[in-house]
Amino acid sequence: MGEFFAALGDIFSSDSMYIGAAIAAVVLVFAASGEFVAERAGTINISLEAMMLGGAFAAAVMFDLTGSAWLSLLAGVVAGVLVSWVQANMSHRLPADQFVVGLVLNVLVLGVVGFLAGEIDPQSNRMRVIEVPLLSDIPGLGPALFGQRWPFYVVYPVVPVVWWLVYRTRWGLEIRAVGEDPNAADVSGLHVNKIRRQAIYFAGLLAGLGGACFVFVATDSFEDSLIGGRGFVAIAAVIFGGWTLKGTIAGCTIFGLVVSLGLTIPGLRYEAIDSSFLDMAPNVVTIVAMAVFAKRVRQPAALARPFRRGLK
Amino acid sequence: MSDIGEHAIDTAADEVVAAARVRDGSLAEIVGLYAVSIAAALVLAGILVVATGGSWQDVYRAMINGSLRNPGRWGGTLGATVPILVVALGTIVSGRAGLVNIGQEGQLVMGAAFGAYVGVRLGGPGPFVIVALCLAGVLGGAIWAGIAGVLRYTRNVPEVLTTLLLGTVASSVVGFGLKRSWLLLAPAAGRANRNQVSEQLAADTRIPRITVFGNEFPISVFISVAIALVLAVVLARTVAGFRLGMLGLNPRTARRAGVSETRYGIGAMLVSGGFAGLAGALMLAGGDFGSYQLVSNFGAGIGFAGLLAALVARQKVIAAIFVAFVFGCLRTGSNFLRAGGLSTRIADVVQGLLVLALLVPPALLYLRQRRRAVARAQARV
Repeated sequence: MGEFFAALGDIFSSDSMYIGAAIAAVVLVFAASGEFVAERAGTINISLEAMMLGGAFAAAVMFDLTGSAWLSLLAGVVAGVLVSWVQANMSHRLPADQFVVGLVLNVLVLGVVGFLAGEIDPQSNRMRVIEVPLLSDIPGLGPALFGQRWPFYVVYPVVPVVWWLVYRTRWGLEIRAVGEDPNAADVSGLHVNKIRRQAIYFAGLLAGLGGACFVFVATDSFEDSLIGGRGFVAIAAVIFGGWTLKGTIAGCTIFGLVVSLGLTIPGLRYEAIDSSFLDMAPNVVTIVAMAVFAKRVRQPAALARPFRRGLK
Repeated sequence: MSDIGEHAIDTAADEVVAAARVRDGSLAEIVGLYAVSIAAALVLAGILVVATGGSWQDVYRAMINGSLRNPGRWGGTLGATVPILVVALGTIVSGRAGLVNIGQEGQLVMGAAFGAYVGVRLGGPGPFVIVALCLAGVLGGAIWAGIAGVLRYTRNVPEVLTTLLLGTVASSVVGFGLKRSWLLLAPAAGRANRNQVSEQLAADTRIPRITVFGNEFPISVFISVAIALVLAVVLARTVAGFRLGMLGLNPRTARRAGVSETRYGIGAMLVSGGFAGLAGALMLAGGDFGSYQLVSNFGAGIGFAGLLAALVARQKVIAAIFVAFVFGCLRTGSNFLRAGGLSTRIADVVQGLLVLALLVPPALLYLRQRRRAVARAQARV
């Protein structure tokens, strides 16, 4: 038992654990803040995973072609929006089921990326580390939050911008309106499905950007398993956070910690913990967290309900 | 009040849509729409192949040869169709109840693991063991889907996410079992060192295979089609089937008609998982997937294929039989791609594009019929 606590101590005092957690959390934050917007507008956007993967792949390919990181991030955004365009128009222009479309997009994008990655094999690189002066010297959190490769820092402006858009702009109010009561929004002159489509585009934009940043922060070579279910964890983070931005970010942080824990423990070589448990830990924690919190919060009233006007 | 009025018109419009479906959609038009969609999907996949320097003729030829044309191949395709169909049947049940179960892959692996455990441990006459291992598979899949069902109805957690997240958990759990000889791992003498596989099923506990015109397939082909027909009758002609459909189409009405949402919802989830688990057991004992033993990554995407088949079939049992066969063709056809040095991943692309394309025609038809019906309803007012 003492040995176990010693192990825990080792894990929680290692910098790599927190750096890993921050990276895992950041990719979730991008996607989850996008998903947060989509869900406030009333769509559960299952294809988030596909948007992230598309963004990551497009960024890796663009970097291989041009060597420009900014162009690559842009390519990631474009790919994410492209996927979201299909999702939005099939589920909110054509009356196809949003879950079905999302699921099919996940399968399709994974297939396309898997196929193309085998043919092209894009070479990408991690970006260089930029240490923010002073802040990165904070013990514990400093290196994790301010000693990262530079695309990591893109997340810092993103979160306040999302907050401002959703809670302080007309568009944000409309988003929340069509997610709560689409009929009332419709009667007051809003184009419900159009606003929902815009929210999905926004989710695609952020998820694609997140995937692109993830490529440059976390990995030296692109693999089609790179995203590997993180999109679904990001959706879970929104639910865990009770459809608030604060809660969503908190959820991302917790899930990021769990993921990082699973990656750190094997490196410390404690035989007692089976790797199977570490593999399943993030998902189990996610499910348990949702089971505990999902009932205490109120979801957008029209979440996952398609809107059709009676007369058109 | 206005809400009720609008709702009434809405309902009236929907009724007219149902009636108009017969009148409006001329068959040629519908067939044409589907043909264009399928062609578009195939052309897109072809463009992708050509763009990466491949030959689309080679790909499609290999897929047709591998699935149907070459001697002995369609037997294998039938064998691959079985689990896809069975998974699709389960998906139809949960879909009818308005639930989105997308974790069939994990439920299938769980079913296979339960089946492997029982099939290897249980003694007795062969047929008895086969039935027992299939039931164990049903149990495994049902438990796994049941977790999501219970969380959905007691804790308000969307089943879309839990089923999917549980899918990866299932493969970790089975991976754990495959490392423990008291669970699933085969005794060291029977396997190559360090290979994490379960013991092979004994010869008399495998599903018998028959040969027709040089094509060999397990008799579970007939069983799965029989199950499908029974399910079609149950869904269309029994009280339970009707209530399930009511729950899916309008939960509020169902509740007021005395249908327990929790009971039927969780029930649909259990049945759905049970089917997926049965598919896993049939894969294990059928012989078209590996050599009658559980390996890591046993599911091999069959659960997803079954789910997609159900979606394409739009919750229709009989249609699901044919769609499952098409997906079986894609699966065995992709094996030939590998043999020809082509990337097997293109089969996934074709499958994904096909499913996406097939979502469009019904949506378009519905939209147009609804527009006409609304116009008619307005004209009457």
